[in-house]
This record gives sequence, C-alpha cells and structure tokens, in this order.
Amino acid sequence: MSFNVENYFSDLSDKDIILFYKGNVDSDIINHILDTVEDKMVEMNEQPKLRKKVYNVLVESLQNLYHHVDRVPEDFEDQTSEKFGLLVVKKIKNGYKIITGNFVHAGNIEKLEEKIKRINRSSHEEIKELYKFILNHQRISPKGGGGLGLVDIARKTGNKLEYSFKEYNDKYSFFYLNILVTEDI
Amino acid sequence: MEPIIIEGTPKTPTVKFNAAEGVFEIKGRSIPENSVEFYKPLVDWLDNYKESPLPKTVVNIRLEYFNTSSSKCILDVFKKLEAIHKAKNEVEVNWYYEEDDEDMLEAGEDYESIIRVPFKMIEIVE
Repeated sequence: MSFNVENYFSDLSDKDIILFYKGNVDSDIINHILDTVEDKMVEMNEQPKLRKKVYNVLVESLQNLYHHVDRVPEDFEDQTSEKFGLLVVKKIKNGYKIITGNFVHAGNIEKLEEKIKRINRSSHEEIKELYKFILNHQRISPKGGGGLGLVDIARKTGNKLEYSFKEYNDKYSFFYLNILVTEDI
Repeated sequence: MEPIIIEGTPKTPTVKFNAAEGVFEIKGRSIPENSVEFYKPLVDWLDNYKESPLPKTVVNIRLEYFNTSSSKCILDVFKKLEAIHKAKNEVEVNWYYEEDDEDMLEAGEDYESIIRVPFKMIEIVE
C-alpha cells in the first residue's frame, strides 16, 4: 500500500508550520500540544482574542480525535496507536489553519459528512441555536463526546468547515478537516 | 455539609463550594477529556445541598476556557441551581468573562436562556 498520510501536505517543510504531529492521541499528548501551541502564540505576540479562539478550536479538534477516531486499518504502518490521528497547525495571514486527519470506517462516512454539511449550510444564528439545542437535549455519549465539537468549532471560527475523504481501501477512508481561525471575526 | 475544595490543574478548574456561606465558585480552565468524572461529585453534592439550602446562594463562574464536554456538565450544575431557585430560594449566578472575550459572554448567555435563574454578566477589565 503506497498510501502515505504525509503526501497530502506538499508544503510540510514550510516554515509557517508551527506544529506537526501524527500518532496516538492520548491525554498526555493533548496536554503537550496545547502547551506548545499556546507558548508559541505568546512568543509570536498574538492578540489574546485570536489566541483564545485557536486554543479553543485546538482543544475541540484534539478531543474529537480522542473520542471518535476509528481503529487504524490492519495493514497501516502504525499499529501501536490505539487512537491514530494527525494534526498540523500552520500560521497563515490573519490567523491559523488547523488540519486534523483520522481514519473513518466506510460505514461512518455518511453520518459524519451529513453532520458537516448541515453545519456548513447553516447561518451563524442557526449554528448558535443548533449548539444550544444539542447542549440542552443530547446526553454525553459512552465514548465521552458531547456531539458539540464540530458545531462549536464552526460557531467560534465563523468559517465553513473544509473537509475531504481520501479512500484508503474499501473499508476505510482517511478524513481531513481543515479549520481556519482568522482574526477579523 | 462538608465544603468541596478542589485545586485547579491545567485541565480542570478550581472549585470552592461552601454550604455554610452559600457561595459556590468554579474558576480557571475546564477542558478534561472526561468531564463527567470531574463534575459528577459536584452535581451529587448540589443534590444534597438542594435539600436544605441557604435563603440565598451565590454562584461565581469565572472560566478562562471550557470544552464542549464540560459545557454539558456545567448545564447539569445549573439545573440543580434552577431546582433550588424554583423551591423559592434566592439564587444568583455571576458569569465572569475577560475583556473582549465575546465567546465566553455568549456561552453565558446560552445558559441564561436555558436556565431559569438570574444571571449577571460581569466583564473583567484588566
């Protein structure tokens, strides 16, 4: 299998990438990533408002991986990671781009895509209402997720969720989520 | 009732629930992966307090960050307070947010619109 998750990033050597991680997403790694990115943003003198948004979005993205990733395919290079995920944080003009990647079972693609499409066709007001509805009506799943992560990301960034599914084999796809956190919102 | 005093960590808030004074505080960051584990003892404690609350309970929420998983648990905390308020006791929630943090203000307004308890939005100016 020639599949390589890094091929997706033609510009990985880019100096604007402030963090790249792939591997198991556990609680310690999440702490480490959050600390690293927070320190870098302070170092770069980012405005508190932008810093907070990036931090919030990063928490939700990482915890989405933590709570929801499917197991890696049997022939994938990394079999030791129980929760395999990928994360890129890149400095862009006016803000940051956060990219996450993870495997999704073919059977789970439709549900995930439908959820994103629903968010993307909603206005900011509708997203606020959706957030409140889920907050008030949905219980925390056995996996520990609240079903609010993507809605919260869309609400806080004010941007559409860009995504793609790259087929790995007939059972799995690799899901990329591109999140833009920009200053002028 | 024994008070709850929990020191904050990078992922969990400082908590001070004092039944004798009727003053409850949650402060700091609330971003644990497993928020139910953290909040369940608080919700259970409030269940007991609810049986014989003081005539006035003041709740100070001063969060810098909270994740969506905590947001549901915080709602559970507020639902207990709503029950205390409904039983004709005074309950006041002070929701603090840092200057310019519109997201935190909006989060407070979300709760205010769901929970029937008086909220005060207080901006912290550095």
